Amino acid sequence: MAVLNQLFIGASMGAVLLLIALGLTFTFGQMGVINMAHGEFLLVGAYTAYLLQNVVLALPVAFAVAGALGLVLERLLIRRFYGRPLDTLLLTFGVSLILQQLARDIFGAPNVGVTAPAWLTGGIGGFPYSRIFILVLALACVAAISLYLTRMKQGRRMRAVMQNRQLAAVSGVATERVDQLTFLIGSGLAGVAGVALTLIGPVGPSLGTYYIVDAFLIVVAGGLGQLRGAVIAAFVLGVLNSFVEFWTDASLAKVVVFAVIVAFLQLRPQGLFVLRSRALT
Amino acid sequence: MSRGLRGSLVAVGLVAALTTTGCVGSAPSEAGASGDTIKVGVLHSLSGTMAISEVTVRDAELLAIEEINAKGGVLGKKLEPVVEDGASDWPTFAEKAQKLISQDKVATVFGGWTSASRKAMLPVFERNKALLWYPVQYEGLESSPYIFYTGATTNQQIVPGLDYLKEQGKKSVFLVGSDYVFPRTANKIIKAYAAANGMEIVGEEYTPLGHTEYSTVVNKLQQAKPDAVFNTLNGDSNVAFFKSLRGAGITAETMPTVSVSVAEEEVAGIGPDNIAGHLVAWNYYQTTTGATNDAFVAAFKATYGANKVTSDPMEAGYNAVKLWAAAAEKAGTVEVEPVKAAAKGIALDLPEGTVTIDGENQHVFKTARIGLVQPDGQIKEVWSSGAPIKPDPYLKGYDWAAGLS
Amino acid sequence: MTHSKSFVGTTTSFFLLAGLLLLAAPALLPAFRLELLAKWLCYAIVAVGIHLAWGRGGMLTLGQGVFFGLGGYAMGMHLKLTDAGPGQLPDFMVWSGVETLPALWAPFRNPAFALAMVVVLPTVVAILLGTLVFRQRVRGAYFAVLSQALAAAFVILLVGQQGLTGGTNGLTNVQFFFGLDLYDPAQKRIVYYLVVGALGLVFLAAWQLSRSRLGRLLVAIRDGEDRVRFLGYDPAVVKTVVYAVSAATAGIAGALFVPVVGILGPADLGVVPSLEMLVAVAIGGRFSLGGAIGGAVLYNYASTGLSETFPSGWTYLQGAMFIAVMLWAPRGLAGLFSSGWSWIGGFRERRFPGSGGLSSTPASLPEPKAASASAPAQATSSTTSSASEPAPASGPAPSSARGEVPA
Repeated sequence: MAVLNQLFIGASMGAVLLLIALGLTFTFGQMGVINMAHGEFLLVGAYTAYLLQNVVLALPVAFAVAGALGLVLERLLIRRFYGRPLDTLLLTFGVSLILQQLARDIFGAPNVGVTAPAWLTGGIGGFPYSRIFILVLALACVAAISLYLTRMKQGRRMRAVMQNRQLAAVSGVATERVDQLTFLIGSGLAGVAGVALTLIGPVGPSLGTYYIVDAFLIVVAGGLGQLRGAVIAAFVLGVLNSFVEFWTDASLAKVVVFAVIVAFLQLRPQGLFVLRSRALT
Repeated sequence: MSRGLRGSLVAVGLVAALTTTGCVGSAPSEAGASGDTIKVGVLHSLSGTMAISEVTVRDAELLAIEEINAKGGVLGKKLEPVVEDGASDWPTFAEKAQKLISQDKVATVFGGWTSASRKAMLPVFERNKALLWYPVQYEGLESSPYIFYTGATTNQQIVPGLDYLKEQGKKSVFLVGSDYVFPRTANKIIKAYAAANGMEIVGEEYTPLGHTEYSTVVNKLQQAKPDAVFNTLNGDSNVAFFKSLRGAGITAETMPTVSVSVAEEEVAGIGPDNIAGHLVAWNYYQTTTGATNDAFVAAFKATYGANKVTSDPMEAGYNAVKLWAAAAEKAGTVEVEPVKAAAKGIALDLPEGTVTIDGENQHVFKTARIGLVQPDGQIKEVWSSGAPIKPDPYLKGYDWAAGLS
Repeated sequence: MTHSKSFVGTTTSFFLLAGLLLLAAPALLPAFRLELLAKWLCYAIVAVGIHLAWGRGGMLTLGQGVFFGLGGYAMGMHLKLTDAGPGQLPDFMVWSGVETLPALWAPFRNPAFALAMVVVLPTVVAILLGTLVFRQRVRGAYFAVLSQALAAAFVILLVGQQGLTGGTNGLTNVQFFFGLDLYDPAQKRIVYYLVVGALGLVFLAAWQLSRSRLGRLLVAIRDGEDRVRFLGYDPAVVKTVVYAVSAATAGIAGALFVPVVGILGPADLGVVPSLEMLVAVAIGGRFSLGGAIGGAVLYNYASTGLSETFPSGWTYLQGAMFIAVMLWAPRGLAGLFSSGWSWIGGFRERRFPGSGGLSSTPASLPEPKAASASAPAQATSSTTSSASEPAPASGPAPSSARGEVPA
């Protein structure tokens, strides 16, 4: 029973990791922007849920709000930095400091409470409904994204730009528009993840800082821009973390997960899945 | 090119401007007690992870300063607060403390929250023979001649919490804490207490500060099935812990928790639904009865907003200012040594009741109160020690604590 | 070439002036400001290492805090043991209930061992990690994220071993430093001069390294790693060596930080502090040694000044500062000065573009791809003339620096 429980916990940790990393697979994986402000997009989603006090309604609203903020950021700043990933890191770190302080000034420094709807409290057989909801939400997001990337015209364009920007451009794809859309979706997904986080964790100005390193690790371990890589990495690391924590303690579990990632990158330096390319770097 | 150049000039200008403001800001100012005002330092984390807890303590301290000024100040002079940001970084606390002492020449400093920030500031105050008022409950085992401790030490909070559990017939306890000094020291004390009082410790878990994933810890709780949980988690982690606890269907009836770092403000962040029915141990609640507390709560809400709550650390910060002012009035000066001497035995009527400074160790007498979290987010007192308990930071008065250094 | 020479001349005199100012500072500043300056100079030492690894080698080291911490703890452990006195335990062990000195601590009683460990520990960790990572050709953002994770893991480890490391508190209240009483401002001044001396030595070493064959190979690897490999060099070795050097530099800085500040804890070593070390270098100019050092001092000075002036809103200005620098001065303030210089020089010497000296700014963007064609040739050539380095935004046309480079 304990083991089964722990397996479920691992899966649900994986789902949380996946949700927070999904947006990054777009902005970091596809566009090469090391977006340190990703954590603050989570924050935007979480505070949206706080303002609405309705988690379900907050999902689309948070997507829109965070997406719009992402688009503004892209238009104002990030578009000047394409091809300079390391500079985007410092730029977005500045943005993240400003957004955090803004949250502190608008909503106050202490944590705020988000009331979960009645049907999400409690659980079945020791499995909390809120966790099941996050698991379903994560899988639904993955399904929606992969449908979008494979079945829809804009999604296919997005992949084309990622795989070969010049070729896409000469084939008539408006790469700049695609960049905007990619950033919007990536930020919007962070907003959705932020709403989900309110069900299980604190909602305060430093929320983003707790998740940012994990999110980057998932994307790196999965392979840049690889959706299935991120999915597998998130669930494997989630389950690994939960079992190591069960047998030892939380601190050691985190260290073990980091060590496993470093070791894994020795075997597959580009992550689980690699985008094949003939380009020399 | 002109655009690039203009941009460059803007950047240089901006950095130069920022640097100059920094420069102006760091220009030396006059000595604290001279002129028409007395400078006092207020040093808390206003940015970084600890801002969550410390900003409202600063607010309470500023409120006390305002109230004192409204009544004519100290020794006929108005108090002028010099606020600094410790930025949740311990060396920064030491640096800013030194700045307040050397440059602003403040008469005293109110500040700190984490044990780490206090340990970082302690040598600065001892070296400069300056005064710090530290307003948060802490792990004890310290008594610096240059620090006044207005929060509870272990025998005023943790020991009464254990007494209460024992009284309720709880035999087995599970310890959950954040991985830092306070929880580890507290748990050492709890284990010694349990050994002497026939209680069994069935588990002990530490999680990193800022940890937000408690499913596994809750699973371990479910396996161990303790009668009660003693919770020394810090700040944000409590939110995730109580949400996980409720998600797993653990209620206060089946497995009550006693928390020592969850006050009214944290209850709001956790969500009252998620924690209602669980126990907390403090010395003050917003609901504590008495005209002084009614006035404090009303003043706080009037200044910072009707939806704000007051909590134990905020009250302890407020008390610190009032106690220092009383000591300075009694000493007739703001010089450190006379104020320290005058502070001994000072008793004031403060929101939590009568607070007396123990001259021996510069802690204060405090009434221990066990509270039950209500669905509206307030905390109801269910047990109290009746009279203020004498502070005993080294637990010398407890036989079972003999081995705890 | 007169222009190039005059630039070098100016740089040298600039450094001499800066050096004189640092030596005169104790006479000009009150004791506690001097302490702050010493702390910033510790970060300047870290900046030298970051300049080598990042500016010259293109390795974005987001985990310098780890090496800073390793050096710092090696020193701190020794100082805590001497403070405690023979046979006694450091104060935090007493609070944590540790009764006998852990075996890990025992050798640090020996000052020679502790001093050696200040350099050895970071170097060994960097070599291990570097060999693992660079051999597998992990680079760019991957390396950045990995080194960041290293910082996060290191802090969790430190915090978790309270009896061994002091936990979150870290090592506090260090009073004596090899017989010097750090509570006495006059003796503390000696520590300041030690820091200045260390910075001077590290500076000279980095300068020499940049001018050596290794340094040129490093720049070539930054600009075109595969091309260098095709020429028969092993980039992994070069990168590992330089990474280890930058780690050792950070270790020295950490060791000096302990007597200067008197505290060392995980709060100064994690993800955000490591990032701040990097940001400071970016602001000053990562491609220039002087820029990196100046950036570290300037950034910390601005942070302290801003937080004193605007305690509750200074992070807005801090964030704005990063954005402004990245937007308008991606090569940092040093980049601005040097392009301003060549812009002025351009009126006189339009036909001799290029400026050598300390900056090795690539021609196009901070992560250049285009300028690399000439780099391997330099790496193999034995000339040491600074004029043959890739020229920065040359002459009067800095607009070429805004070219679009595909990802």
